[in-house]
Amino acid sequence: MTANDPSPTHLQLTRDGQLRHFLTLDGLERPLLTDILDTADSFIEVGERSIKKVPLLRGRTVVNLFFESSTRTRSTFELAAKRLSADVLNLDISTSATSKGETLSDTLLNLEAMASDMFVVRHSQSGAPHFIAESVTPGVAIINAGDGRHAHPTQAMLDMLTIRQRKGRFEGLKVAIVGDVLHSRVARSQIRALNELGAEEVRVIAPGTLLPLDVEDLGCTVEYDMARGMKDLDVVIMLRLQKERMEGALLPSEREFYRLYGLSQEKLSLARPDCIVMHPGPINRGVEIESAVADGPQSVILNQVTNGIAIRMAVMSMAMGGQMAERQQKLAGQQEGRA
Amino acid sequence: MTVLLEMNELLDTLEGGLRGVLEARGIDNPVLIGIRTGGVWVAEALGKRLGLSEPYGALDISFYRDDFSRIGLNPTVTPSSLPFDTEGRDIILVDDVIMSGRTIRAAMNELFDYGRPASIILATLIDLGARELPIQPDAAGQTLALAPRQRVKLRGPEPLTIELQESGQ
Repeated sequence: MTANDPSPTHLQLTRDGQLRHFLTLDGLERPLLTDILDTADSFIEVGERSIKKVPLLRGRTVVNLFFESSTRTRSTFELAAKRLSADVLNLDISTSATSKGETLSDTLLNLEAMASDMFVVRHSQSGAPHFIAESVTPGVAIINAGDGRHAHPTQAMLDMLTIRQRKGRFEGLKVAIVGDVLHSRVARSQIRALNELGAEEVRVIAPGTLLPLDVEDLGCTVEYDMARGMKDLDVVIMLRLQKERMEGALLPSEREFYRLYGLSQEKLSLARPDCIVMHPGPINRGVEIESAVADGPQSVILNQVTNGIAIRMAVMSMAMGGQMAERQQKLAGQQEGRA
Repeated sequence: MTVLLEMNELLDTLEGGLRGVLEARGIDNPVLIGIRTGGVWVAEALGKRLGLSEPYGALDISFYRDDFSRIGLNPTVTPSSLPFDTEGRDIILVDDVIMSGRTIRAAMNELFDYGRPASIILATLIDLGARELPIQPDAAGQTLALAPRQRVKLRGPEPLTIELQESGQ
């Protein structure tokens, strides 16, 4: 790894391997992913205290920069930042400056002029957070809250935290991701995380029209028949049908999709009896998942939401810590240079 | 060169000091909280000696350290665990070594996020001096002034030992 290495790994990590941006799981190795999960475990304990706040980001300003609407992700990022004692600014850009003709770069320069320390970015274009991380002032951390079809790394990590809580391990686990993999940034990040953390098998179950080309190259097996795919599963992750992203006739009808790929009690009974059911939300009851399954004893969907706060606290504090440590090292270097 | 300190003597002195403070303040039902990692080991030993039936708590102060803005987050943080309500309790806060006093400040900040204790007593196995904050232990096993190349190293939990190490030159 050299100073000019343009890879996301170099952009995301300081020279001594601390996180300084969180853009993608690509290039992040098992020890760091495990550190993120362990740190999140400690933040879960903070969430159970009488005062659910720690002073790590006191005096720092976090800007939630959402170019695409979101309720759950934005509010859990906001709560995470507030529990770290940061000041939080929520900007819904789709209704703001860009609609008056301001470019992304100008918006960012203005926000930096307000002495922001961290941008949490959601954007419909794949690579937008990466672009911002490359152009932002040194010392400012960028967290990807979902970009296009590319990645949603905090969602994948909160899913990993939920799996580790319930199963205690990743080794030997068979995990299936079911549904609209084609439009899903979550699925890409999940497949990457599960493989890096050592899951035995990652299976995608979907109709061919909702799978990207060469999906196996992501590190998963493919199953078109859900009944066969449910066999021996420890974890089943349902994806939301992203109707708003669909162009053309990828599906015959929602009813047809539910009949073939919806998670009913009957299909769930084909998996291992202790199989857990996950969904990144928002759920479409009766489209991807039967209500009785979503609310049933095997569902951990609401645990995922709670874990989302802890994971985001972990990633934000680690990235901010990495940026501050790097700044200190540079200052020390300059002083040495002068001496 | 390494010198093994006499753990039992240190604990005897610490226990005696603590009993004196508890008696002087009229505290009969204290609860022990150790600071990870060494302080937890010492808290466990003290719990047995003082005959406290309640389990001790363990505090990880990583989220409260004042050097976060210099070195970032401690990568090996573990959850704090206080298996009791601290509200209104008399707490014995335990650490293996006190030096600058910054760890104790962070620990007290964290403790107050769990509730409002009635009182906090500070117990440390070794007091190395070199304080940077106005925080002093109420009871200590031994006060030591280290030479520049000397350091103390606690190992545990079973057996609990403490060494005075000197890096050779």
